[in-house]
Amino acid sequence: MANLTDLTIAEAQAGLAKGDFSSKEITEAHITAIEVARDLNAFVTETPERALADAEASDKRRAAGNVGALDGLPIAIKDLFCTKGVKSTASSHMLDGFVPPYESTVTSKMVEAGMVMLGKTNLDEFAMGSSNETSYFGPVVNPWKRNSDDQPLVPGGSSGGSAAAVAARLCLAATGTDTGGSIRQPASFCGIVGMKPTYGRCSRWGIVAFASSLDQAGPMTRTVRDSAILLQSMVGFDPKDTTSSEMPVPDFQAVLGQDIKGLKIGIPSEYRVEGTDPEILALWDQGIKWLEDAGAEAVEVSLPRTKYALPAYYIIAPAEASSNLARYDGMRYGLRADGDSLAEVYENTRAEGFGAEVRRRILMGTYVLSAGYYDAYYIKAQKVRKLIADEFSSAFETVDAILTPAVPSAAFAHGEKSDDLLGMYLNDVMTVPASLAGLPGISVPAGLSSDGLPLGLQLITKAFDEETLFRVADILEQSAGFTARPGQKV
Amino acid sequence: MTNKNLIKGRTGDWEVVIGLEVHAQVISKAKLFSGADTSFGAEPNEHVSLVDAAMPGMLPVINKVAIEQAVRTGLGIKAQINRFSVFDRKNYFYPDLPQGYQISQFSDPIVGKGEIIIDMEDGDSRSVGITRIHLEQDAGKSVHDMDPSSTYVDLNRSGVTLMEIVSEPDLRSAEEAAAYLTKLRAILRYLGTCDGNMEQGSMRCDANVSVRKPGDELGTRCEIKNVNSIRFAAQAIEYEARRQIEVIEEGGTIEQQTRLFDANKGVTRSMRSKEEAHDYRYFPDPDLLPVNLSEEFIEEIRSTLPELPDDKKQRFVDELGLSGYDADVLVAERAIAEYFEEAAEGQDAKTVANWVTSDLFGYLNKEDLEISDSPVAAKQLGALVGLISDGTISGRIARDVFAEMCATGKDPAVVVEEKGLKQVSDTGELESIVDEAIAKGAAQVEQYKSGNEKIIGWFVGQVMQATKGQANPQMVNEILRKKLSE
Repeated sequence: MANLTDLTIAEAQAGLAKGDFSSKEITEAHITAIEVARDLNAFVTETPERALADAEASDKRRAAGNVGALDGLPIAIKDLFCTKGVKSTASSHMLDGFVPPYESTVTSKMVEAGMVMLGKTNLDEFAMGSSNETSYFGPVVNPWKRNSDDQPLVPGGSSGGSAAAVAARLCLAATGTDTGGSIRQPASFCGIVGMKPTYGRCSRWGIVAFASSLDQAGPMTRTVRDSAILLQSMVGFDPKDTTSSEMPVPDFQAVLGQDIKGLKIGIPSEYRVEGTDPEILALWDQGIKWLEDAGAEAVEVSLPRTKYALPAYYIIAPAEASSNLARYDGMRYGLRADGDSLAEVYENTRAEGFGAEVRRRILMGTYVLSAGYYDAYYIKAQKVRKLIADEFSSAFETVDAILTPAVPSAAFAHGEKSDDLLGMYLNDVMTVPASLAGLPGISVPAGLSSDGLPLGLQLITKAFDEETLFRVADILEQSAGFTARPGQKV
Repeated sequence: MTNKNLIKGRTGDWEVVIGLEVHAQVISKAKLFSGADTSFGAEPNEHVSLVDAAMPGMLPVINKVAIEQAVRTGLGIKAQINRFSVFDRKNYFYPDLPQGYQISQFSDPIVGKGEIIIDMEDGDSRSVGITRIHLEQDAGKSVHDMDPSSTYVDLNRSGVTLMEIVSEPDLRSAEEAAAYLTKLRAILRYLGTCDGNMEQGSMRCDANVSVRKPGDELGTRCEIKNVNSIRFAAQAIEYEARRQIEVIEEGGTIEQQTRLFDANKGVTRSMRSKEEAHDYRYFPDPDLLPVNLSEEFIEEIRSTLPELPDDKKQRFVDELGLSGYDADVLVAERAIAEYFEEAAEGQDAKTVANWVTSDLFGYLNKEDLEISDSPVAAKQLGALVGLISDGTISGRIARDVFAEMCATGKDPAVVVEEKGLKQVSDTGELESIVDEAIAKGAAQVEQYKSGNEKIIGWFVGQVMQATKGQANPQMVNEILRKKLSE
């Protein structure tokens, strides 16, 4: 029997169904893997007892012939999702020790589908970061290493713990959240599939908010099929989230295996961003060829406002964050620092509770919303956002999907970009435009850099067309034949 | 137009300019963005949902009833209903504001311009412009006096729906402001959108007050916060206007600031200056979609609007023949108008109006009762007037019957029966009693005959005494005049 931690979700489902192994066995295998890999710091909270109880309950359900879509599958949850009775920290000192009395809608659906929860994964504090170095609980180590040195690398962020855990076989899959690239960028850095659905597909209820108009939950898996399977159990209209969509949810797996003959794939030259690794541009060209070989037609599309996406994002997201994080005031829950006056309690609590990056974004957001600057920054950024969305809409009048790199570079070393704020923010340059437009995007591992690190390609489709996204991603995955694994130098 | 509201200062006449912002708590079982209960009087922090406490990851969902109530209120003041409106966040820190922002409406409110007709005591009426009505969340309550070193917070009110009703600076005196608040409260109560109970805080008022010499530009205004009765609002405005006049007349200037009214001392006091004013950093709440109202939705609400005070007054005057003054008094409160209409059904409306405004109000005032607590039901008062009209009892006896009804709650017919108060209208019986009175008063007969017609009252008194007041006064008069002229 293959190593139980190497299975895909689809394989594990088949094995469980046939009785090759029990949920308890596959869960125990993952609990052991997590213990062995603690150096990665992928988890903020491990929940082995909960996982075993979940697994035993699942095995009983299976014996009774009553199983859900995720029954018995060991999965990790990004610590941005509130989980009932389990500490939920957003990787912030502010919420260290916070145990919510409620379960987020997305994880509720997954619990109903029978998942086994292994624990809560590390992330950049309040999901603000692209390297998982801003976590109060310390950085996550990417299970991949360069051929050329042994330096610990970042897993990307903000869903860095989830990406590292999936790549290192510590869980079959994990949830992530993506605001400007927080699923797709770490997926690329860790050589896994990271998918952000259309804004509104997943309920945001019970997910600690970063930027409300951008935040979306999504699956982080090792295959495209697994991505479709997990997404199916995460989505759906939620009356508790006004921005969640009532659009019908298709069967995402149904399109897998279909060909892409005659599909038009848009190639936007604006994504040849200055400073992008030539290896990545070469991989992009390779990707175009794979899709053409599969019968699709590559079409040049123009998205000229792409260059304004990142600046607009770094106005809108911090603006919303500055307001969303105002509730962490030391009054009702979470950290509270003493002070001689009300103002001092606020100042001390928030100075102590928030890390440097979170404080920086709150300050930026507060600034751009201030009287006298609001029109120049926030309103202008919203106009840019509208133009970017319009540009995508007109591109999708002629093409079915857009192919771009997922990131401008491979994973970098811990500390390498700590003093280079703009360089750090540039990590999201490929992923942010689709976020601003609310479009679905997926990062598929497509090759290795010359230094042995995984690189991803990104597909984007029009809103609520996850079917085409998965259909093309499936072909891309097959063509790339990405089988490399972390820890095996090539 | 000459302004009779001018205030005399040392340097001449001054005009007061007032605009009011009323926060009216919307009648609704649930809060604006959460399902939590809104009833008054619960234990602290009993009516708090996860959303109201701003727990991480919680999201607001608009309560449709709140939207309906705002639209209903807008229609009630003949205002423009905005088909498109937006909820914004007003950001500031305070312990009783769990989210760190209040969800309100800033640039796109749900209701636009409207008007309210105010009725002054001297019978004058005039129109006061409404700038807008927007919906917003109430904050919680900070309790500072339970402990010397800490503040307690009660979040029961946190998230409760308020309508902020903003008037144009059209008011020119404390009396006009009071009339405006009275009329607005009446309209809200008629509509059933706010109970208007200022003492419980379900209607609160901020007043913007400035003064100027007639014809000058608007002066610098001060905002007086959170006045919790109509009387206090008038007091606060009066005080503030005179304070500003005094400052200016002594060579000072008015600084734009927010002031608090101290009801115990009857003065206003500075709370914060313009420099200390918050920058609220308003922006559209990304958790909520804009509100789009369909024409059908608005028309459906319009079709259920009750008859409002102005229309009701007009009908009372035109169709029931009431005086403008009586009509004003009767329509001022929905409960009174409803009582009157029920009492007047099938009866002489003017007589019923008199009974309601004099005897019934007199009794209620004396006993400090609301009309809803009246021991005399509307139908019973109507029946009493019926007994007068059909001659069963005289108006005088009716007062005794009414007193008995107040004391016992009995029907007037029962009281009349039990106490044997039925009027004596038998001509034969009355004639013999009149004869006895004439026989006793030879001197008075002389006086009458020599031209003193007023002396007839003496005879009436005799007859009434003999019949314990139950003689039909009209008939007694007729018989007396006939017999005395014989």
